[in-house]
Amino acid sequence: MNAHLVRTAAEGRRHGPRARLRATARSEWVKLWSVRSAPAVLGATAVVIVLGALVLCSGYRSGWASMSASERAAFDPASTSLRGIEPAQLFVGALGVLAVTGEYGTGLIRTTLAATPQRAQVLVVKGLVLGAVVWAVTTASSFGAFALGQHLLTGPVPHAELEDPGVLRAVLGGGLYLTLIALFGTALGALSRSTPLGLAALFGVLLVLPLMVGLLPSGLADGILPYLPGEAGSQVWHVMPPSPHSLGPWQGFSLFALDVVVSAGAVLTLTRKRDV
Amino acid sequence: MIEARGLTKRYGRQTAVSGLDFRVEPGRVTGFLGPNGAGKSTTMRMILGLDLPSSGSVTVNGRRYRGMVWPLHEIGALLDARAVHPGRSAYNHLHSLAAANGIPRDRVDVVLEQVGLAAVARKRVGGFSLGMSQRLGIAGALLGDPGILLFDEPVNGLDPDGILWIRTLMRSLAAEGRTVLVSSHLMSETALTADHLLVIGEGRLLADMPLDELIARDATDRVEVRAVDHHRLAGELRTLGGEVTLRPDGTLLVVGVESAAIGELAAARGHVLHQLRDVTSSLEEAYFRLTEGSVVYRAPVPA
Ligand SMILES: Nc1ncnc2c1ncn2[C@@H]1O[C@H](COP(=O)(O)OP(=O)(O)O)[C@@H](O)[C@H]1O
Ligand SMILES: [Mg+2]
Repeated sequence: MNAHLVRTAAEGRRHGPRARLRATARSEWVKLWSVRSAPAVLGATAVVIVLGALVLCSGYRSGWASMSASERAAFDPASTSLRGIEPAQLFVGALGVLAVTGEYGTGLIRTTLAATPQRAQVLVVKGLVLGAVVWAVTTASSFGAFALGQHLLTGPVPHAELEDPGVLRAVLGGGLYLTLIALFGTALGALSRSTPLGLAALFGVLLVLPLMVGLLPSGLADGILPYLPGEAGSQVWHVMPPSPHSLGPWQGFSLFALDVVVSAGAVLTLTRKRDV
Repeated sequence: MIEARGLTKRYGRQTAVSGLDFRVEPGRVTGFLGPNGAGKSTTMRMILGLDLPSSGSVTVNGRRYRGMVWPLHEIGALLDARAVHPGRSAYNHLHSLAAANGIPRDRVDVVLEQVGLAAVARKRVGGFSLGMSQRLGIAGALLGDPGILLFDEPVNGLDPDGILWIRTLMRSLAAEGRTVLVSSHLMSETALTADHLLVIGEGRLLADMPLDELIARDATDRVEVRAVDHHRLAGELRTLGGEVTLRPDGTLLVVGVESAAIGELAAARGHVLHQLRDVTSSLEEAYFRLTEGSVVYRAPVPA
């Protein structure tokens, strides 16, 4: 009995809202690194991003001679070396979904929220801890992919330098885009609370939605496609706009960021009243 | 202390918990008893702020759980032993919990030692037996050295050694002055651990009284009598102040008159008896009658 009445030295660490935030962040950090899935998926993400540069840039080098003049004019060496982002987004998005649904699936979320009843804080901090890690890994991988890709683009094939207009922004944009994808996945996971539903929603938005819009008459498709989350957000890692209808890099990125903020807002509104 | 007032939970049209009023006091083991589906787990989830009451309220040390900032220092709970990430080690599971409440890391080693999992601390919990998982869940509840402990069916799936261990642990936690609430659907199990009982059935509170009192009031002795002229004997026993029930087979069930007195009365009035036998009903039967008949017995609420 005495033991729990005695004020311990650790008590000093438990004062104020900042101490509460730090404790939540520390807990989420421990959880992230104490299962194999996160390091494994992050490793796979880095490999896919760099491998994308290797495959695509050596492909363009050998295929350059057979390309038409217009294809050559539209060639964007920076974003070509970054196109590993397209498969990588599925990895980091799924990582975001699973970071939340994994806890709901096992029931661990009850233990988590019993330890930290500040539900909004738990979800936001979980997203931010994952987002920070994803940002660090994918930003480094984007620079790696860019360096490797430009190194492979030799001879008649044009290559880009970081100093060229828009190039540094595109390389940094790779990490920013994938960070938002991870946060988007986290929000979808928290909304659905189910791994299959969360993944279906994520892949639906990123993969299925653009395909379906593509089936519409081209006038209509051109009007909708640029505003879809994946399409809009991707402009930030392109130097040349992929289509004449594309949004500007920051314009598209802001729209995607808004999508993420709206879904996070939905999560935080619903989470207060929902039973766990 | 835990205090519920008019605590009610509805899931759609189904009422899981209905108007519960109770207090769980420190220094004793309170058994939370009720058949499966009675609403025990739902009540515990509401105590922990996980499910929101449809009406009424429940407080922990006078405060709502959702407003607590470092709850593990005040209350620890084991809800579901399998609610862990199978890929995480026992140590890291507890470390993440400790970190969430500013609990020093060396407490993790202490509780792992206490529950007997120190040797497997670095093993992934996916490979744990149910008994080991229960121990891990209890370690999590003890982590913040809280004054209140909640255990939801902690002996489910345990071997006799494990059951004995949990029983001893709960008794010693209460002896240290802590508040201990432990749910079970088994009277036999609860009777061995609890000092006080909260019995619920279909979401309603059926009894709130010391275990001894339930034994005294409900496991009372009754006498079974078979007499040739059972109608006349029944009338005579009633005038002696006995409570007499006539069973369809003609057996009389008598409460309030001892068998010796019945024998003497029968001899004096010239009855032919075919049977005279004391029946001691078990606690299990008392519990069964409580939950089956949904009779409400309440001890007076202490002021
Ligand atoms: N999340 C839920 N949604 C719908 N019904 C529920 C939910 N949780 C519990 N119930 C229902 O409420 C009743 C009480 O359940 P529970 O609290 O688990 O009982 P106990 O723990 O005493 O076995 C049961 O009928 C159960 O089906
Ligand atoms: Mg239950």
